[in-house]
Amino acid sequence: MNLDAAKQTFLEEARELLEDMERILLDVEATDTTDEQLNALFRAMHTIKGSAGLFGMDEIVHFTHEAENVVDLLRGGHLALSEDLSGLLLRCHDHVKAMLAVVDDKAMQQDMLKTSLLDELRHYAQPAAVADSDSPAQAGVPEQGGLRDWVMSLRFNEDVLRNGMDPCAFFRYLRLLGEFLIVQPVLCRLPQAERFDPESCYLRFELLFSSDASQQMLLDVFEFVREDSQIHIFPVGEAAVHWPQLIAHADEAEQAAVRQAWQALGLNPDASATAAPEPAAPVAKTAEKTSDKADKPAANVAEVKPPRASESRFIKVEAAKLDSLINLIGELVIAGAAANLMARRSAQSALVESTIAIANLIEQIRAGTLSMRMVQIGDIFSRFPRVVRDVSKELGKSIQLNVSGADTELDKSMVDKLGDPLMHIVRNAMDHGIESSEARLAAGKPAEGNVWLNAYHESGSVVIEVADDGAGLRKEKILTKAVANGLVAADSVMPDGDIYKLIFEPGFSTAEQVTNISGRGVGMDVVRRSIEQLRGTIDIDSAPGEGTTFRIRLPLTLAIIDGFLVSVGNATFVIPLETVIECIELPPDALQGDAHNCLNLRGEVLPLLGLNRFLELGQPHAKRQNVVVVRYGDSKAGLVVDELLGEFQTVIKPLGNLFRHLRAISGSTILGSGEVALILDVPSLIHFATSQEAERFASHAEHAQQRGGHGNH
Amino acid sequence: MGALTIRRGREAALIEEVHEDVLQYLTFQLSGETYAIGILSIKEILEYTTLTQVPLMPAFIRGVMNLRGAVVPVIDLAVRFGRNETGVSRRTCVVIIEVANEEMPQYIGILVDVVHEVLAIRAADIEPPPQFGSRIRVDFISGMARVDNRFVVLLDVEKVLSVEEMATLSAMNGSEMADLREAEV
Repeated sequence: MNLDAAKQTFLEEARELLEDMERILLDVEATDTTDEQLNALFRAMHTIKGSAGLFGMDEIVHFTHEAENVVDLLRGGHLALSEDLSGLLLRCHDHVKAMLAVVDDKAMQQDMLKTSLLDELRHYAQPAAVADSDSPAQAGVPEQGGLRDWVMSLRFNEDVLRNGMDPCAFFRYLRLLGEFLIVQPVLCRLPQAERFDPESCYLRFELLFSSDASQQMLLDVFEFVREDSQIHIFPVGEAAVHWPQLIAHADEAEQAAVRQAWQALGLNPDASATAAPEPAAPVAKTAEKTSDKADKPAANVAEVKPPRASESRFIKVEAAKLDSLINLIGELVIAGAAANLMARRSAQSALVESTIAIANLIEQIRAGTLSMRMVQIGDIFSRFPRVVRDVSKELGKSIQLNVSGADTELDKSMVDKLGDPLMHIVRNAMDHGIESSEARLAAGKPAEGNVWLNAYHESGSVVIEVADDGAGLRKEKILTKAVANGLVAADSVMPDGDIYKLIFEPGFSTAEQVTNISGRGVGMDVVRRSIEQLRGTIDIDSAPGEGTTFRIRLPLTLAIIDGFLVSVGNATFVIPLETVIECIELPPDALQGDAHNCLNLRGEVLPLLGLNRFLELGQPHAKRQNVVVVRYGDSKAGLVVDELLGEFQTVIKPLGNLFRHLRAISGSTILGSGEVALILDVPSLIHFATSQEAERFASHAEHAQQRGGHGNH
Repeated sequence: MGALTIRRGREAALIEEVHEDVLQYLTFQLSGETYAIGILSIKEILEYTTLTQVPLMPAFIRGVMNLRGAVVPVIDLAVRFGRNETGVSRRTCVVIIEVANEEMPQYIGILVDVVHEVLAIRAADIEPPPQFGSRIRVDFISGMARVDNRFVVLLDVEKVLSVEEMATLSAMNGSEMADLREAEV
């Protein structure tokens, strides 16, 4: 058993539990608490405490213990979850997270234990202590100061050591909860020396333990071994009642040994064995009237605890393994395409059919594998309630976050990289977008501001919107600032969208005041860059007084695309299929004369972009040419190519650093023939075509003058 | 036969022992001159195949090729050195070289006219690059090796194939193009 691996599992589990905890705390702020939620809170703190104890992380145990006490009171109904308290618990959540982050640094952890959070927690735990002390009284066993004596029967499975559990660790941890009175080992399982396996655990213990912890808490100590070991914990008074249950699975030798041990503990098992329903042992007398009440916890013991249903439905796989699988599938797609090509050349229909069957299967495998990488965007959206809550408090604004489309799926690697830019936009929206309550009321809007997070699929891409109902972007101010910064000429006329996009320029901020949330003007350019790295774009819509919407458009996946293969002369290019709307033949007279062409597409003006000329391929003119109509966002353009070669599934191969400045090409792929084909970057091509078109209209006269110079290229 | 192999093995070991400061270089010909590159950075030597031309890139980037599933750029060193484009003949080869890059090593192919041989050159036989008079940029040269009474230029691969520099060059190239096209409009 690898301890490091176990520790890793623990950290992973703790992280998930903390996430649960955070989610619940934020949920309950909005609605009333349910028992389920409180139990989950308790479980989070408790499991972390328990596991941390196993790894000897005493500081975490100490801290979570205090938090657990408070949550336990909540669970018992002795405390109500006020806003203050949930705030405190959120901070505790952060603290535990921080402690887990420095798990290897003892000194640091010691330091972190000196936090005022502990005092606050104790403050909550204190007034309820009175209530706490009468809960055991309710359970019917009167003990001074909540201390009770427990009988523990610990019969560890032989495999516990092999499973990475050291029984000693349990004893060490128990010592934190109470005091050992008598410990009696049961040695009947110990084999002859020659058959002794040092990796097996033969020891069993019967012991008396004094503690103020509840039965459940004590049982939870053994959470990790309970499944395959026999762990029984009873109050001393009820011990005799449970004797038959205790020895149910034991052979005779063991029964005798356990009996002996119990006698050494001062218990009399036979008293109840003879008269099970009537407790005869003197200590058991008090148990009589409470036996039906006490039965309940005993029943719980047998059932252990509610299984964590959701966990077993998922398998955790290392991301790297999945990545290499996807790479392999990519190769498979290429090889499959090559085989198909060869088969078609051989003109044997049986062979062609079988390669097509294989190609279909590959397609399914590909889709399946890719969907494994897809995660719901809710994974990142779920961080935001907390952020909005904290930031709105910090800003003194009342802001409501509305999340929709959280089940929209996109590539895991993108989700990871989207978190920061989204966070930035949301913070910006809250800080600069939403006005103060007074200003909102003055503008005739409700005092509470709204921030919307929305995600949806649209024609092969994922769109994520961050909207607010704040003041909107002030166009004039942005323009003035841009002119002052020398970004645009003073007299330039720009469409609104382009003006808004100026805020993505480095060092651009129109906020008069720099707050610690945003406004320094670093960041929005970083946002744009990180979105562009994901092959995405970002647009802004804004209306003064009504709000601003940031729209991020991203490709579904980064690894494989469906492509449309075209050729220009002997050069082959791939156009991402999701951007292709239709293909038409170029009317023979369309390219005559005017080099900047437009096509009349069913009454619509379609700007044309001749790939041969634009990419300077220098290929001879083909007799017949075709137009591929492509779309990105709201704009369309026609790409003039020679031949249409059809659909082609393709794995994107990055071109590498050397070609990072190349705007018109987004990547490359390998064709079935082994040749490399380049993937066209449709957004930048369209951008070029449409801006060219706009300029053409703007300066038609000028353009006519210069038309003569085209032959040079 | 067996004995022969053993003896050969011994000899090889002996040679390695004696010449500790000997490094091996691959020599090749490029527009009439002989250059050498340390073999440690060389991955493999391939016959020339048709390259996929990448548009809008400077002339020294001849294109990209498929190296067992990876897309590798191929550089025309002659153009990089300011000569004419390397013509393709029967003996034209692509030498795949591993170049250190920011994150991970990158493979770059270079187009050469003829690959000669692998030479063992003693460190003592390597002179520092001349201050002037060489026909390529001085910082491209890591040293001049004396081989049979003539000098072979040892190339500094990291400099010659600096991804950073080449990317900047192509960016300039690209923006020039954009400017041109803008002017054209």
